[in-house]
Amino acid sequence: MIPFSYSRATDANGAIEQVAGNHTKYLGGGTNLVDLMRENIERPTALVDVTGLSNEITETPDGGLIIGAAVRNTALASHPIVRARYPVLCRAILAGASAQIRNMATVGGNILQRTRCSYFYDAAGSNCNKRTLGEGCDAIGGFARYHAILGASPSCIATHPSDMCVALAALDAVVLVDGIHGERRLALNDLHRLPGDRPDVDTVLEPDELITAVELPQFSLASRSTYRKVRDRSSYAFALVSVAAILNVKDGLIADARIGLGGVAHKPWRARKAEAILRGGPATIAQFEAAAGAELADAQPLQDNVFKVELARRTIVAVLEDLRDTQ
Amino acid sequence: MQTSTHLEISRRDLLISSAATVAVTGVAGGAIAQSAGNDMVQTSKVSFIVNGDIHNMKLDNRTTLLDALREHLHLTGTKKGCDHGQCGACTVIVDGRRLNACLTLAIMQEGRRVTTIEGLGKPGDLHPMQAAFIKHDGFQCGYCTPGQICSSVAVLEEIGANIPSHVTADLTSPVALTAAEVRERMSGNICRCGAYSNIIDAISDVGGMKA
Ligand SMILES: Cc1cc2nc3c(=O)[nH]c(=O)nc-3n(C[C@H](O)[C@H](O)[C@H](O)COP(=O)(O)OP(=O)(O)OC[C@H]3O[C@@H](n4cnc5c(N)ncnc54)[C@H](O)[C@@H]3O)c2cc1C
Ligand code: SF4
Ligand code: FES
Ligand code: FES
Repeated sequence: MIPFSYSRATDANGAIEQVAGNHTKYLGGGTNLVDLMRENIERPTALVDVTGLSNEITETPDGGLIIGAAVRNTALASHPIVRARYPVLCRAILAGASAQIRNMATVGGNILQRTRCSYFYDAAGSNCNKRTLGEGCDAIGGFARYHAILGASPSCIATHPSDMCVALAALDAVVLVDGIHGERRLALNDLHRLPGDRPDVDTVLEPDELITAVELPQFSLASRSTYRKVRDRSSYAFALVSVAAILNVKDGLIADARIGLGGVAHKPWRARKAEAILRGGPATIAQFEAAAGAELADAQPLQDNVFKVELARRTIVAVLEDLRDTQ
Repeated sequence: MQTSTHLEISRRDLLISSAATVAVTGVAGGAIAQSAGNDMVQTSKVSFIVNGDIHNMKLDNRTTLLDALREHLHLTGTKKGCDHGQCGACTVIVDGRRLNACLTLAIMQEGRRVTTIEGLGKPGDLHPMQAAFIKHDGFQCGYCTPGQICSSVAVLEEIGANIPSHVTADLTSPVALTAAEVRERMSGNICRCGAYSNIIDAISDVGGMKA
């Protein structure tokens, strides 16, 4: 770890004022950043601790939720409204990491944890374009069991590790951002980037931009939602494939369907092709299979992760079936 | 479409940081000069309470809570297994919540209350969970045990506080104390000796769970 200065902010303006340029980073729970700093992969010379920002969860007049950036993952998953109305979000958070890590991790930090793979961590022994642009990617041609099957590029095939973000993608969450040039609202689905030829940049945020809150739109009570994560062990492991789904069936027809996929891409993947096939169609297994097939038709797996295509297809169908049967 | 000033800046930044890498490796063990900003403070005063005693410390900002406990306060009960959040050996309880002391900086703990294995109980005055680990043989080499015990104490509190877990079937009813709940909640603590089933027995005993 290289030396750095440390300060605390209690509000957004205070945090943004302390951003001294590209070498300052905001610090949430530290569970990703401190670990990467120890490996000299992240090298900020100043940290601004933003765990003193809002940790409140408030209902909006139209029945949505505003979640402060400093809300801890455990607190969000334990909130009565989240448990009752947004089970997909509650279950996604609880499927991630360990209880210890969820107690530390903040909403802002979870969203902005690095898209990464184990070669990215292995600074001493592996080439990685995300660490050093142009150096090459040892995952391609290496051990790529955990890597992307959708939206990858020849420069990087890493996946975004967040479970929470997969649910936020399906829920059409909006991320509230503030920075030197003012505030803006970004759909979570527009926040993370695909790697293209710049895998070193994970999101569209500027270095000074701070996440202040996440807004969940009002959510129809008629919809059912859940999250299913498939992994190599039944707890405390990253997703091979995960599915966040929201389904509303009326008289045998699909009134609304929204699907997020995890473990398959450089960003939380919104399955819009599948959704287009589902909406208005019959809530049958055949329709679910057609939808999953349409989304995965674009998959470009490698030898090690070709299994993910079939695994994702089956998991999407199984989750939709579950949601239909509990309507 | 996705070009932003960030993309431009980071291209330049990349060159700066690779130069810094070279400089840093050249220093090897000595004091490392700060590349940007001159009046940067790299040590901080911090005070927090550990096992009931207040400690005022001046620490290098880089010191993790784990290293502060072990190297500075000589509370070596808390163990360093992986130093990456993967094993749980460093689990301590801060303001009532368990966390991995290796993933958090000591300076972030200002004003907080930290409980380590030494604070739970001592020989002759054991915490019920420590006694239950002995009774049920909840360890072999003992390296993971301080973390396991801190986690175990917190698990019972989390279930009591109605915090749900991955295996909670009904999210809107009170969480029940079951073996499945305990097992899932303990997944952040790895035991290379495989004492898992005896650890569950110890927690069940203290929690008053019917076998
Ligand atoms: C062993 C292990 C296993 C894990 N397993 C999983 C898993 O299965 N599923 C999963 O989803 N996650 C997993 N994680 C990742 C974990 O969820 C993240 O580390 C955590 O959510 C990051 O949150 P944080 O608050 O600690 O972020 P930090 O580490 O503090 O910050 C992460 C990044 O976000 C930036 N940042 C933080 N807050 C803000 C803000 N408000 N505005 C702007 N930038 C900000 C920081 O500058 C940094 O770049 C695992 C982590 C570990 C160590
Ligand atoms: S997949 Fe991406 S993060 Fe992993 S080694 Fe390749 S470039 Fe680096
Ligand atoms: S030493 Fe902290 S989790 Fe392993
Ligand atoms: S008792 Fe040896 S690692 Fe758990």
